[in-house]
Amino acid sequence: MAKLDELQDIVVQTRRDILRMVHKVNSGHPGGSLGCTEFLVALYNEVMDLKEGFDMDGKDEDLFFLSNGHISPVFYSVLARKGYFPVEELNTFRLLNSRLQGHPTTHEGLPGVRVASGSLGQGMSVAIGAALAKKLNGDDHLVYSLHGDGELQEGQNWEAIMYAAGNKVDNLISTIDRNGQQIDGPTEEVLPLGNLKEKFEVFGWDVLEVAEGNNLEAIINGLNEAKSRTGKGKPVCIILDTMMGNGVDFMMHTHAWHGKAPSDEQLANALSQNPETLGDY
Amino acid sequence: MTKYIDQGKNDTRSGYGDAMTELGRTNPNVVALCADLVGSLKIQPFIDENPERFFQIGIAEANMMGIAAGLTIGGKIPFASTFANFATGRVYDQIRQSIAYSGKNVKICASHAGVTLGEDGATHQILEDIGMMKMLPGMTVINPCDYNQTKAATLAIAEYDGPVYLRFGRPKVANFTPVDQKFEIGKAVMLSEGTDVTIVATGHLVWEALIAAEKLEEQGISAEVINIHTIKPFDEEAVLKSVKKTGCIVTAEEHNYLGGLGETVARTLTVQHPTPQEFVATQDTFGESGTPEQLMEKYGLNNKAIEKAVLRVLKRK
Repeated sequence: MAKLDELQDIVVQTRRDILRMVHKVNSGHPGGSLGCTEFLVALYNEVMDLKEGFDMDGKDEDLFFLSNGHISPVFYSVLARKGYFPVEELNTFRLLNSRLQGHPTTHEGLPGVRVASGSLGQGMSVAIGAALAKKLNGDDHLVYSLHGDGELQEGQNWEAIMYAAGNKVDNLISTIDRNGQQIDGPTEEVLPLGNLKEKFEVFGWDVLEVAEGNNLEAIINGLNEAKSRTGKGKPVCIILDTMMGNGVDFMMHTHAWHGKAPSDEQLANALSQNPETLGDY
Repeated sequence: MTKYIDQGKNDTRSGYGDAMTELGRTNPNVVALCADLVGSLKIQPFIDENPERFFQIGIAEANMMGIAAGLTIGGKIPFASTFANFATGRVYDQIRQSIAYSGKNVKICASHAGVTLGEDGATHQILEDIGMMKMLPGMTVINPCDYNQTKAATLAIAEYDGPVYLRFGRPKVANFTPVDQKFEIGKAVMLSEGTDVTIVATGHLVWEALIAAEKLEEQGISAEVINIHTIKPFDEEAVLKSVKKTGCIVTAEEHNYLGGLGETVARTLTVQHPTPQEFVATQDTFGESGTPEQLMEKYGLNNKAIEKAVLRVLKRK
């Protein structure tokens, strides 16, 4: 296991990347990105079994699919810091002719991305397909996916949730980023999701909850527990309770930073709360 | 004109099903998906021989398109099949984002296209699918004319790397193309040469175009008949060469005139060689219940309609 403080350094640097990326172009989604930073840092740097380099087929390695594509800033930062492409390229986020589109795509050939996402609700289906291909190929690696909680309002998810359980897609670990917020407000006000754990369970999934979704150790323990439950006839769901905007005090406890960039002063304040660790791009 | 013989009526969807059986034996990467319409899509033999390579998705077409996209990651060649209506409009955004924009090697195989599925009516018919699918960047759109050609097209798209929309139908229709004809994506097929008018047709309307050409020949009119099985990429050269000889053209398709083959032809001609054109297509309407023959008559999609369109366009030369 990488030392927790090493992972924490990546977390802090990733926060800085996210904040600087969205500030530069005055657009993008910092809130959800910051909420999932610890999860993605842990997943890519501690949990997944990854090959050197990138190829689309991803045989003999674990795969990850980001369904809630609007948190592209954290995805791009984690990929770059992992070595999929130069960190300097984070400077091109959302600019014309960039590989770092507003929402992740394969269209420009950015290493690390295997499907476009942004129009919500599609990622679990794709992850299931990739998991089925792994089974056909005799590849015992796992497929991970991440979904927003508000995203579960899209009906295609429930087609996928039903399919994965009914067909024993047990090499899939889907994580729900339960931050309780969506663009128009709290999920419980916009469209209540109800008891997510029970919903997944009655659909036939093995569900575990990680209450401290911004705690690296809790996340790693949860992911390892989820891994241990794969291969047993059920897809595995992690419900991860996260704090939108985590690590920046004024971005927490609100949905205001879902799709809004910080001003110059706000950026300076946010960066001061997250001192440089691995070096800015 | 060149004469064609109906080798025995058959449905184009059986061409798909029989090709899938063949692909199951010859290409281990081919996998099949279906949304609760196995019987209609004629893929039971593929399933019997390759149960591990078949995915019954249930009545969940959006999920089917996403799973198909995912299966390509790992090298599979998914053939996702259902009715044309449910394979396009119902799941347009899934196809757009997860397949077309993502450049996935998915074959969307759509049966029961047009009005000729008949009695089920407009909820199950579709006359807009060619338009929707050809507008997607990178999407190949194919509408073969008979059993033999549908079978050949199905085999051909397995060898092509990229998203494809393959459109075919329900009723038994004339089977007249050579059984061994190689299918070249994007390459029009000259069926009969003529000098007075060009008729380009796609899908079920190709056979009707040949009947119309015979009737026109009896009236002393020499029609050139071209089978446009691939609407995108479109064989501009074949059409331009023909209209430069004949000076006028009729397009024929089981589809709305908006967005179909006719508009692709019109765009090509407008830019490169303005030519009088008449459209045999539905007139921005939904279909309805009826037998295939009744519907083709009512909606002007048969050889009589083509013949009339030829007589109209000849006056505009």
